This record gives sequence, C-alpha cells and structure tokens, in this order.
Amino acid sequence: MRRMILALSLLIGATAAAPAGEIRTTGDLGLVVERETGSLLLVDQSERSAIGRIEGLGDLSHASLVYSPDQRFAYVFGRDGGLTKVDLVTQGIAARVIQAGNSIGGAISDDGRLVAVSNYEPGGVRVFDAETLELVADIPTGSKTIGLVDAPGRRFVFSLWDAGETWIADLSGEGPVITKVKGIGANPYDALITADGRTYIAGLFGEDGLTALDLWQAAPAPVRVLPGYGRGQQDLPVYKMPHLEGWALAGAEFVLPAVGYHELLWVDARDFSEAGRTPTHGQPVFAMSRPDGRQIWVNFAHPLNDTIQVIDTLSKQVIHELKPGPAVLHMEFTPRGHEVWVSVRDAGKVVVYDTATFEKLAEIEAVSPSGIFFTARAHRTGL
Amino acid sequence: MPPPVRSLAALLALSGAVWAGEAAPDADALTRLVHQDCGSCHGLMLKGGLGPDIRPATIAHHTPESLKAVILDGIPGTPMPPWRPLISEAEAEWIAHYLLDGGAS
Repeated sequence: MRRMILALSLLIGATAAAPAGEIRTTGDLGLVVERETGSLLLVDQSERSAIGRIEGLGDLSHASLVYSPDQRFAYVFGRDGGLTKVDLVTQGIAARVIQAGNSIGGAISDDGRLVAVSNYEPGGVRVFDAETLELVADIPTGSKTIGLVDAPGRRFVFSLWDAGETWIADLSGEGPVITKVKGIGANPYDALITADGRTYIAGLFGEDGLTALDLWQAAPAPVRVLPGYGRGQQDLPVYKMPHLEGWALAGAEFVLPAVGYHELLWVDARDFSEAGRTPTHGQPVFAMSRPDGRQIWVNFAHPLNDTIQVIDTLSKQVIHELKPGPAVLHMEFTPRGHEVWVSVRDAGKVVVYDTATFEKLAEIEAVSPSGIFFTARAHRTGL
Repeated sequence: MPPPVRSLAALLALSGAVWAGEAAPDADALTRLVHQDCGSCHGLMLKGGLGPDIRPATIAHHTPESLKAVILDGIPGTPMPPWRPLISEAEAEWIAHYLLDGGAS
C-alpha cells in the first residue's frame, strides 16, 4: 500500500510544500507475536510482508491481543500480566501496565471502551479503560480464570478452571453485575462465543464433553454437549491444550477439537447433537473454519506439530495435508478467506498459502512466531 | 492412530531440530523442549500458567528421582501427562536436574 499512497500523494501533492507524512491505513494490517523476544511484527496482508517491529512487551508466551474499533490500537495480553496498548500507526507503545502476576488472555467490550484481562494469579478478571488503561473493575474469582470473551451489551463471559463455573459480568451500568452459572463441568480449559454473541461453549478438560450456555436467556442453564465423547476409547496424554478461540462454525455445524484424541468433533449448531467425526493426524490444537465455512484447517499438538490438515466441510474428509515446518503454532485467515497465514515457530517464519490452490505465496521472517492477528478481528464478536 | 513417538530423536526429527545421537542427552534440544513444550502449560519462563510454577524454589521438595518420576509418568487426575512415550530415562533425569538446579533461570 505504501507505493500506491506515495504515487497518489505525488499526483495530488504537487501544490503542497511538503508531503504530510506517510499515511498508512490499518485495515489490511496485522500483528504477529514473537514470543521469545517480547516483540510484535507488524505485517501488511496486501504486501505480504513485514513493515515494522514493536518491542518491549515483556513475556509473550501464550500472548494474544484484541483491536480497538478503529483498528488503530492493539491491546496485548502477556503471560507476565502485562497489558500493553500498541499503536499501529506510530508503531509504538501507547500505554502499558502490569496488572497481575500471571494472565492468559483478554477481550474488548462491544463499544470498544473497556478491555478485560483474564488472570491465573491472582485468579479473576480485571477490567480497564481502553483509553487510559486505568482499572475500572476488579472481579476476583478465587480460581484460574479462562475462556474470557466479549458479549453484546457490554458484557464479558469467562469460566473458572478450578470451580467449574461460568460468570457473566454485565458492565453496562455503574458497577459490574455478575451472574454465576454453576455446574459447567470439570476443569473448563477454554471457551468460545458464536459470532452472533448468543452461544458460549466451554470445553472441559476434566471430563469428555463441552457445556453450552444460551446468553439470550436471563438465567442461562448449562447444556451438556457430546458428554462422554471418548467413551470406549483410550485417551492419550495431552501435551498441549487445544484452543477453542479459533472455533469453527461451518455451515450449520460447529467443528471442535477432541481433547486427548486424534479427532475432530462435528456438532449440530441447532441442538448440539453429534453430527460426525473426522480422524486426524494428531491431537488438534486449532480447528479453524475458513471465513466462508467451506474448509477447516487444523494444526496439531507436540510432537506432531509440523503438519496442517485441510478438511472439506461437505464430505468431512481430509482433502489436503501440508508440512509448513517444525512447530506450526497458529493460523489466521484473511478476512475473505482467500489466504491463510501460518506461524512456524522453529523455522522462524510466517508462511502464506492460497486456500484454493494450497500454493505457497510468501514467507516472512519472524522470531519464534506464535499468534497471528489481523485487524479485521476488531469488528467480530468474540475475537 | 499413529504409533507414539518412542524417542526424543524421533521427536526432534519431526520437529526439525538437530540431534547428535542417542548416546547422551542433548542439552540444547532438551532446554528447548523444557521452555517451549513444558512451557506451553508452565510458561516459557517456567513461572506457571495453567500448570504450576516449576522454578527451583517451588519444586525444592522434590529429589531428582521423584521429579524424574513425575516427568516420566505424569500426575494422574491432573493435566500433567506422562512424557515416557517421548523421552528416555536419561533425558528425564537431565530435565529433573536442570529444573532443580535452576538452569532455567
């Protein structure tokens, strides 16, 4: 985009004394987490290249981030409890606080005014002013807190690993109003919310199954999904927890990673009944739907994490397998789904593929890359 | 279902790392394993995450033998998996010493 802007400014800038500085719009940008160096690589989807690096973000192992509604700022949640507001336009840090000892992720409210962080230590959720990063609300849970998402109506929803509860925090009024839902199940490890903001699904580690909540109900009741899905099978050691945040809703079905099995689970989105299973190369970590829902891309847990499988939604069959390199940690689709960007940690690169032809389009150098986040997430509930 | 990977050598071949042979634990490879793969639950700096802090002060109640046993056989009823399918006894022993001695810090 840089070249176009320059050409444009030459065309229209003939009478200006000096160029007003480079204008870089952010709609096709993204950030790649470089976990070991505590930095973020700023990338441009259209150019398929890195255009900058932002440093000084602390311990970024398992870091994630969300975007402000104007796609200018990213809020980065570091493992060390750091919450950093990064400016994509100036490529610098706008604000930074250490808000807890050990944290795991966050969310931004539907109106873009509040940023919530989910913490292991001390267990709970803290809510900050998105402008200043001043503390707005502290919600201790007495438990490691996971699966934090934003929900419509200035609400945040999260689950308690130790207590097996899901809490809904409504911040639309003066102080937070908390609705606690008990009986979610043993050790919820992650959760997702559907794009319409209605259904929250927590995955369980301590038992086979998931639990769904209908957030449109005043008092949501837990609904078990696929209880005992591994019945009759020997579960395998789990060397990496799967993620549900990269959840997939493909057509009328959810696609979810099975914990401790080499399998994807298909669930009917209307009644949560099982709609099929797909055997996979290893234990799935992310099962992500291409934005149109036509394909599912899956990566795998250590030690089978050099591989990606592509699954056709109609047939539920594996139609393609790629070996991008050692330690494939994350995948991010361009908003319309024509490309997917893949981080390959131990090869030190991000690889870009065409999702129709599976052709490799580009490689971008990065230092131990993990999560990839495009700014289009700013306009999606739950991302 | 693919057979479990029986040695770190095979594991490293999968992950593309360099492996010098099975004779002695490869310090670089194991250091990487500890921080990257143990680190996915215990944190890259081993300060804890979904799994507990495993820096020396926190695990001081362990002997090298007892820690090695935890690494190889996991802790039933918790998310700590047995690593026996992936690493050798000698490698587990190396990791136990590495953690107790604070090589990690």
